[in-house]
Amino acid sequence: MPNEEPMIRVQDVKFRYDPEQPAYAVDGVSLNVRRGEFVAVLGANGCGKSTLAKHFNAILLPEAGTVLVENMDTRGEDHLYDIRQKVGMVFQNPDNQIVATIVEEDVAFAPENLGVPPEEIRTRIDEAMKLAGIYEKREAAPYKLSGGQKQRVAIAGVIAMRPDCLVLDEATAMLDPHGRSQVMRTIHQLREAGISIVSITHYMEEAAQADRVLVMSRGRIVMEGTPEQVFSQTERLHSYHLDVPQAAELRDELVKIGIPMPGNVITPDRCAEELYKLLKE
Amino acid sequence: MLRDITIGQHFPGNSVLHRCDPRLKLVATIAYIVVLFVAPNPVGLALSIALLAALYKIARIPGKMILKSLKPIVPIVLFTAVLNLFFVTGEGEPLVHIWVLKIYAEGIRYAILLTIRVCALIAGTSLLTYTTSPIVLTDAIENLLRPLAKIHFPVHELAMMMTIALRFIPTLIEETEKIMNAQKARGAMLDNGTFTQRIKALVPVLIPLFISAFRRADELAMAMECRCYHGGEGRTRLKQLKFTPEDMRCTVIITAALLIICATRLFVPGLA
Amino acid sequence: MSEIIRVEHLNYVYNPGMPDETTALDDVSFSVDEGDFVGIIGSTGSGKSTLISHFNGLNRPTSGRILIDGKDMWEQGADLRAFRFQVGLVMQYPEYQLFEETCAKDIAYGPRNMGLDEAEIDHRVKEAAAFVGLSDALLQKSPFELSGGQKRRVAIAGVMAMHPRVLVLDEPAAGLDPEGRDTILSQIRDYHEKTGITVLLVSHSMEDIAKYANRVLVMSHAKLAMYDTVENVFAHAQELLELGLSVPQVTQIFLKLRQMGLDIPTDVYTMPYAVKTIQKALAAKQAKGVQ
Repeated sequence: MPNEEPMIRVQDVKFRYDPEQPAYAVDGVSLNVRRGEFVAVLGANGCGKSTLAKHFNAILLPEAGTVLVENMDTRGEDHLYDIRQKVGMVFQNPDNQIVATIVEEDVAFAPENLGVPPEEIRTRIDEAMKLAGIYEKREAAPYKLSGGQKQRVAIAGVIAMRPDCLVLDEATAMLDPHGRSQVMRTIHQLREAGISIVSITHYMEEAAQADRVLVMSRGRIVMEGTPEQVFSQTERLHSYHLDVPQAAELRDELVKIGIPMPGNVITPDRCAEELYKLLKE
Repeated sequence: MLRDITIGQHFPGNSVLHRCDPRLKLVATIAYIVVLFVAPNPVGLALSIALLAALYKIARIPGKMILKSLKPIVPIVLFTAVLNLFFVTGEGEPLVHIWVLKIYAEGIRYAILLTIRVCALIAGTSLLTYTTSPIVLTDAIENLLRPLAKIHFPVHELAMMMTIALRFIPTLIEETEKIMNAQKARGAMLDNGTFTQRIKALVPVLIPLFISAFRRADELAMAMECRCYHGGEGRTRLKQLKFTPEDMRCTVIITAALLIICATRLFVPGLA
Repeated sequence: MSEIIRVEHLNYVYNPGMPDETTALDDVSFSVDEGDFVGIIGSTGSGKSTLISHFNGLNRPTSGRILIDGKDMWEQGADLRAFRFQVGLVMQYPEYQLFEETCAKDIAYGPRNMGLDEAEIDHRVKEAAAFVGLSDALLQKSPFELSGGQKRRVAIAGVMAMHPRVLVLDEPAAGLDPEGRDTILSQIRDYHEKTGITVLLVSHSMEDIAKYANRVLVMSHAKLAMYDTVENVFAHAQELLELGLSVPQVTQIFLKLRQMGLDIPTDVYTMPYAVKTIQKALAAKQAKGVQ
């Protein structure tokens, strides 16, 4: 798989909301998203990560540089809908993404826009709702659902386009822990189904589950690597106003007082294993 | 409580009326209203009420739902009925003559006619909304108005707006309640005070509500774009409206019933 | 220490007599001492939001009593507004309630409703702004020009400026980035320490509760499940998990170690305590090794 063409290729992208202002929201970013990969993007508020994400499906167009989605340039207007179909996007507030008054009608919204024949819409939305785990709620009114359920309706609504990549822009920020774990479970299921995931998040525990973590600061990518590589650099993360998961923090504290712990400990399970090795009789 | 307000109440069920093509129901409701005004005689009115009662029975909607739908209009109906009673002048001697008020037989007939018409009209349209979900109704309107799209009437946009409005009503009601509570917690006097005080106290509720509605609209527009929304052109629908043989039978029955009611006009003298 | 809040057999039922009747609070009784910092936890729908809105008189108990400083809130002739000024409520996403032209005016809204004079209002606005770290320049700006975290702080200052005796906050850090989260929570802690005001903090983050609260109240299925000091509540980590709640990640690590068969305490909920516990365990192991 690593040899395959990247799904999204971002090259030296620069973008600012106001061309009069000297400051760029995205200031020269290059990255690739591979097929089936789960990438987490971290960064303090205002670091440009949401702005960058909106470039992935041509909601925003770069001022300089290029964004290629399966070799289609996002600036070419001819394949705008092909790009949006390939790269789906889910936002923070589930209430502001749901269009219809019935779950399945909402999930059908995108295929309807794409002009998919009715019988095929049915198969697609059933498949999408099952994948997102809200099939049982297909006839419910969205406002009666919990936050986590609503967000999974929003995910199903995007999955129904059969995209190759799903971008989540702080999709778990407004959810309670239960809703968050529901959404995370869905994300893992989608990845198993071969869909690339780009997740912008403030939760370090979620980022720890990714294949690759990118850290952004002031419009640039400042750190990149596996979660183990990134979260073992506590000091550096703090300098970008970010945290590490508590497991990594504990490892750091222990190393500081001279207790040996390997650098790749970032999850509670791994941390417990290492401590067990250390403490067992 | 704001929460109690429901618009386009739907009473889910699986009766023939619930399954019926919404276009048929919509057209039939309009026809029914027309008939109410075309057959202003006692027999015709009695038959139209009987028809409505039968339909409510078939739809298995409890009688108290009719009363619930009529409740808000009771004051208006009473008011206009009273006006009719006193201000309609007829030929001959008034039946009752108190001070300057005269009641004529015509007045009584008008008052009764009006009350029955308005109540039947409300109960009839309520039956439509009880048996048809708002979204299906929107589909029906869009479908029926489609010919107008040829003369560039924005049929799809209108239907989309209705759908989104229906979708956001509960959300915005909830939001209003939340903001009201937040301002109450800061000492706003929303429940008491003089009329002007209360109006003034609403400003801290309305401004945040509008700002939030605009923000929601903005985010929703972006989410819709992300889902490839580009207007009604080339759009397909998950649920196709299908006119089934059952619908055909319903059409025949309803048409026959309405024609019979109209026909009473030929044999029975009208009330007005 | 004196009691500031007392809740006696509080019951609350939504839509009584309707088909969707739900009991949101079921015979809840407890009291809060003046000056406490109480963390309130419970999954969504456990009744914790309904509970805190009662402290502010936004819900009327179906039965039971709520006493603020010994006075019954719903007694005949009681002035509900006076109670609202004693218990300040910061709701979830409070930035959405801002409406004034400038932040200063918005913070002044509560104090003005209390009927204070201009000099006092001005003083309180400045004082509250200082607590949440808002500069004078920011105070003169429109709240809608600020960042999310700043807006949130303006909203919190608006409640602090009312000088409540109890400050209730419903998830004040929700949706913020790690830094915004730490800033707001430590400002609340400083405010608590400086003024001695009682704070009730609702949060889903066990890490935050462990870090800031001294007592924890656990709601589950409309009932009060636990109410004790932080140490004692997190010592019942297993029970918390059974209630569908999470425990801080450090606590999870120690629970795991216990499951693996190590003889180690599981009431560990803060980082310093965790480090100390491991040091101690290591020392004990080495001592054994020497023997």
